Amino acid sequence: MQLAVNIVVLTAIYALIACGYVLIYRVSRVLNLAHGELLMLSAYLLLWTASLFAGHAVAAIAAALGLSVAVGAMVYLFLLRKLTGEMALAAVLTTVALGVLLRGVTVIVWSAQQQYPAVPLGLANWAFALPGGARISLWAALLVATTLAVYASLFAFLRLGRWGMRMRAAGQNPLLAAQRGINLHAIYALAWSLSTLTGALAGVLIALDSGLGQTMAIIGLKAFPAALVGGLDSLAGALLGSLIIASAEVFLIHYVDPLLSEVIPFLVLIVVLTLRPWGLLGTREELDRV
Amino acid sequence: MSRRPRASGYFRTDYGEDLTLLPTRLERLAVLGVLVALLALPLLASPFLIDLAAQVFLAVIGALALMLLTGYAGQVSLGHAGLLAAGAFTVGILFKEFKAPFLVTLPAAAAVGALLGVVFGLPSLRVRGLYLAVSTLALNFLVAYLGGEYEARRGFSTGIVVDPPSFAGKAVTDAKAWYLILLAAAVATLLLCANLLRARSGRAWAAIRANETVAQTLGIGVASYKLLAFVISSALTAVAGALFAYYRGFVSVEAFSLFLSIQYVAMIIIGGMGSLAGAILGALFVTLFPYAIEAGLGALVGATAYAGLRFAVNAAAFGAVMILFLVLEPQGLIGLWRRLQTYFLLWPFRHRPVGGARR
Repeated sequence: MQLAVNIVVLTAIYALIACGYVLIYRVSRVLNLAHGELLMLSAYLLLWTASLFAGHAVAAIAAALGLSVAVGAMVYLFLLRKLTGEMALAAVLTTVALGVLLRGVTVIVWSAQQQYPAVPLGLANWAFALPGGARISLWAALLVATTLAVYASLFAFLRLGRWGMRMRAAGQNPLLAAQRGINLHAIYALAWSLSTLTGALAGVLIALDSGLGQTMAIIGLKAFPAALVGGLDSLAGALLGSLIIASAEVFLIHYVDPLLSEVIPFLVLIVVLTLRPWGLLGTREELDRV
Repeated sequence: MSRRPRASGYFRTDYGEDLTLLPTRLERLAVLGVLVALLALPLLASPFLIDLAAQVFLAVIGALALMLLTGYAGQVSLGHAGLLAAGAFTVGILFKEFKAPFLVTLPAAAAVGALLGVVFGLPSLRVRGLYLAVSTLALNFLVAYLGGEYEARRGFSTGIVVDPPSFAGKAVTDAKAWYLILLAAAVATLLLCANLLRARSGRAWAAIRANETVAQTLGIGVASYKLLAFVISSALTAVAGALFAYYRGFVSVEAFSLFLSIQYVAMIIIGGMGSLAGAILGALFVTLFPYAIEAGLGALVGATAYAGLRFAVNAAAFGAVMILFLVLEPQGLIGLWRRLQTYFLLWPFRHRPVGGARR
């Protein structure tokens, strides 16, 4: 029973992070390998706002999320926009470099030690007993709920909203979309800020649950195979991929070897890449992007 | 190799001349001068400088191998550290388990590298670009896991100590001897790469990079040449890893993080894609960069306060420089050099004549 709970929580973590990869890739065909570092930055921003708004947990979290959205938009406006027209590889490598930069900066500003933003906010972490003898912590439960809410609203936004439709149009054919009067730069900036927002939600909740340190960027990187297994341009795929990766990871760690934890996502990834490179639910596109 | 025309009035009249490595006397003299300077360096330099040079040579081998794969054959790889680790661990394991000598472990490392090259080149036949980069990323984690597993199982949890190699019963421990060995290895790698590139294989890779379908139509075996690029690049990288293991005398997974892969990619970007000289310049730049940052930090006031943050400052500055190159000068250092050349060639004009005129 505890295993099932672990799988659900890990799936929620991976899914919440993976939808950030999917959003950006689907709209602008850029792979954001700095996603892990960006969500780590959001968690550190929470640490900062927690010291500003000591005691007002909601205000601190809202401020951290708002700052993250701004960071995401700025990354697009100041970095990725300059690379329009370059090879897709240049954009990917820029995000890699951004990740390295962010890791360095977070250590310089906040030190490399494990820190707990829940403490200055005065938030406790309860554990609930579930039927069947399993336990789940408050923040993990919130994380699962958030993931469901985020996916539901993203589906609704992309399917029904005016801006969501514009985003889909830009993702399908940027040239035609631009000719129909859609402001591509605004759409891309929106995709980046939405992506960092979902990442920030994940980062903040993980940090509140188990503290934050430099390992958080690794979680972000491990969620990437989940997005790719499901198909990089499919939200439903990200959910499915997260479930597959999370179950494989939990089972193998439990029954085989805990050291495997960092490799499993990538092993699953290789298998999928050789059999079905466009992912389980992704659209089969020309894989000729670089 | 595609040569750009020169302004000097030197025109090639047959294909043989087009393939010559160093066509003009000035170039031959320059290369000779650099070689003499490199050979004379250990007589003059301090031990610190010699160590630095040795590190640069190791990086040059790895960067050349990556340049061959990414810069010429167009196959992106983010798993370079995994291949270096594979070479280093081959040496470490063969040494610990069988006391194998230098002359056995080095070819073994190359063989392991070539094998990994086949395994990770196979996806390249099916996936391209971004997806390929991701599958090579997996290589990094896989090799690191296997290495860590070996360390943990055999009880070398902090790393494997490797004795220096011995020639004719004498152990090579002298820094100057190492300098010469690594210099020779780097020069040999450079020659190998240059020769591969001016032969049929180089032309095939250029065609594949430009357009796979066209390459296939021209009768180039796309699959086999892609695999060849992977095999050669991986074998060279694994040898660099093996030399690294002997040079440091110590093998541990920690040395081969994802950051190292990123550094190698940075080398070929900062140096300039599609140029062997670029790979060398990039290796030089990336290897010396942390030392420059350290020196810069030391010169600041209150240097001791930053001591603990050295690595972080390094990473931040490194990321910033990489971004600057990607955004402002995608052609890298070699692009800067070419632009400078063009500037002087055209001086006092700013632009090439438009149309018609011989370029």
